[in-house]
Amino acid sequence: MNTVVAQSLLQIRNLKKYFSIRGGVFSREKARVHAVDDVSFEIMKGETLGLVGESGCGKSTTGRAILRLIEPTSGEVWFQGENVTKLDKRSMRHLRKEIQMIFQDPYSSLDPRMTVSSIIGEALLVHGLTPGRKAREQRVVELLETVGLSSEHMGRYPHEFSGGQRQRIGIARALAVNPKLIVCDEAVSALDVSVQAQVVNLLEDLQEKFGLTYLFIAHDLSVVEHISTRVAVMYLGKIVELAPAKELYVNPRHPYAEALLSAVPVPDPTAKRERIILEGDVPSPVNPPSGCRFHTRCALRVPSCSQNEQVLTEVSPGHWVACQVRTGAVAA
Amino acid sequence: MTTSVGVPAAADGDRAIVPDSAPVRRGRLHALGRISRRHPLGAFGAFVLLTIVVVAVGAPYIAPFDPIEGDTAALFSPPSSTYWLGTDAFGRDILSRLIYGARVSLMVGLGASLLGVVVGASLGIVAGYRGGWADIITQRVMDAMFAFPMLLLALAMAAVLGPSLQNVIIALAMPIVPRAARIARSSVLVLKATAFIEAARATGCSDLRIMVRHVLPNTFAPLLIIATAYLGLAVVQEAALDYLGAGIQEPEPSWGLMMSGAATSLALVAPWIVIFPGLAIFLMVLASNLLGDAIRDLLDPKLQRDYP
Repeated sequence: MNTVVAQSLLQIRNLKKYFSIRGGVFSREKARVHAVDDVSFEIMKGETLGLVGESGCGKSTTGRAILRLIEPTSGEVWFQGENVTKLDKRSMRHLRKEIQMIFQDPYSSLDPRMTVSSIIGEALLVHGLTPGRKAREQRVVELLETVGLSSEHMGRYPHEFSGGQRQRIGIARALAVNPKLIVCDEAVSALDVSVQAQVVNLLEDLQEKFGLTYLFIAHDLSVVEHISTRVAVMYLGKIVELAPAKELYVNPRHPYAEALLSAVPVPDPTAKRERIILEGDVPSPVNPPSGCRFHTRCALRVPSCSQNEQVLTEVSPGHWVACQVRTGAVAA
Repeated sequence: MTTSVGVPAAADGDRAIVPDSAPVRRGRLHALGRISRRHPLGAFGAFVLLTIVVVAVGAPYIAPFDPIEGDTAALFSPPSSTYWLGTDAFGRDILSRLIYGARVSLMVGLGASLLGVVVGASLGIVAGYRGGWADIITQRVMDAMFAFPMLLLALAMAAVLGPSLQNVIIALAMPIVPRAARIARSSVLVLKATAFIEAARATGCSDLRIMVRHVLPNTFAPLLIIATAYLGLAVVQEAALDYLGAGIQEPEPSWGLMMSGAATSLALVAPWIVIFPGLAIFLMVLASNLLGDAIRDLLDPKLQRDYP
């Protein structure tokens, strides 16, 4: 039994984000992209929740909706007992001190016209965290050293750095306000493998040092396995499986998660593995399949899969699967 | 020299000799020299503009003759040792009129292009960043302004406001506004989609801060080009307003005025009457373009290199 009761930091309830496709006379709504469709999960204090899935499955949209960089269509985001989705502009800006983000592209996420010092110092300035310029610069130096850069980098511009260094600057910027939660949106995807490892290690060190909580959005399954406490798998705007990282990688239950994980390359040329090759393409999120989103490509499907909306069901402690066949609700 | 007994190396002593402020001042001058070497054309532009400013300010002390009272004994006098650049139909010294005329032309040129670009860019940035209704309304107003030929719009404004230097500046700034707004807006639309703007929002920056600190500096290059390009146009169009009676009135000198009206019909008989003001306008426009380019390069961190 777990003796430590994990404390929940962030709860997402029935989050939905539809993007309208407009056209024709008077810009009428012609169709909707169901980017995130009824997603609920929870992030515990101090953990790293990995969020994986193919491109276009809505993982980045989920991350952005939490920070309200994109306004969710419906649903609620609760952070430390506060309904983030209901906050007005001012309180929302205030809350940004608590939730920060690290962006995918280290090249476009830093303002090319600002020095490193002003990029990192901006958050301090905006939130009035440091009295005066001197204190701010001191804090910037401190942050630079925390992420493995040094004070001599302060006056430089982003284009003078390599991708990995830029991502460290992005991390320092996120850390500046002492946030509790950091959403890492594909934070290492754009980096070389060797640099990826450095940045992942840095993130882990920082988590330990500052007691950070991460939502780690990625499509690289091995990185996610390495860093995550729990992992959620998304498919077409829905979470299909949510489980502790180790458990998921050893024993995936949802047929999509199974197929996805079987695609992870194993660094052993002699290893023989069965790869599950999915047929067809991901259906369009404009017109997602009815019932289980995955039924069009699923080997286990039964007729009712196209009608029954799937709900996450706990199959073993902490392991949730949204598949009526695998959870035994319907006989295969 | 006395033999030093255990005195530490001179490094500290050296520093003590130089007063505190000296290295800073020398550093700044040094930097100015470095910039001039790297942008000789920009330095030339700055020099010319500065000269025009000095001449305009010091006109009463520099001008050899009165710009308004002519010498009736010397009508249409070609350039000579007395009248360096010749005289016009009223016997007025061209050089003196150029020197006094620099006041109006400089103020109109700089004033109109700056005012037009500042107002236009602000509208364009807010409209582009905000989007929605603010954008639609601003854009339609700009479209309406585009519908008028530049000069007609300026003329209409000048006619409504009445002739005065200040009103001429406002009138000439008017047609620049929609052009600057368009360009600013299109840059903003591109910028809005970039990750660093989203990052600024995630950081907790206010919209105003994002527009001023992140959007504006990144739209600076095209705006600067607009400003320098329309500076020349404003100087020339000021002449047109003058000619149509909506601007500066004879006998007050302005470069544009000196080139317009009756002067053009005399171009073959007494070419110096139009050539020299034309050259003056040309020099000012060239100088502002060169300086504009240099400033754009200086503001772009990617074009900066550390020189030892």
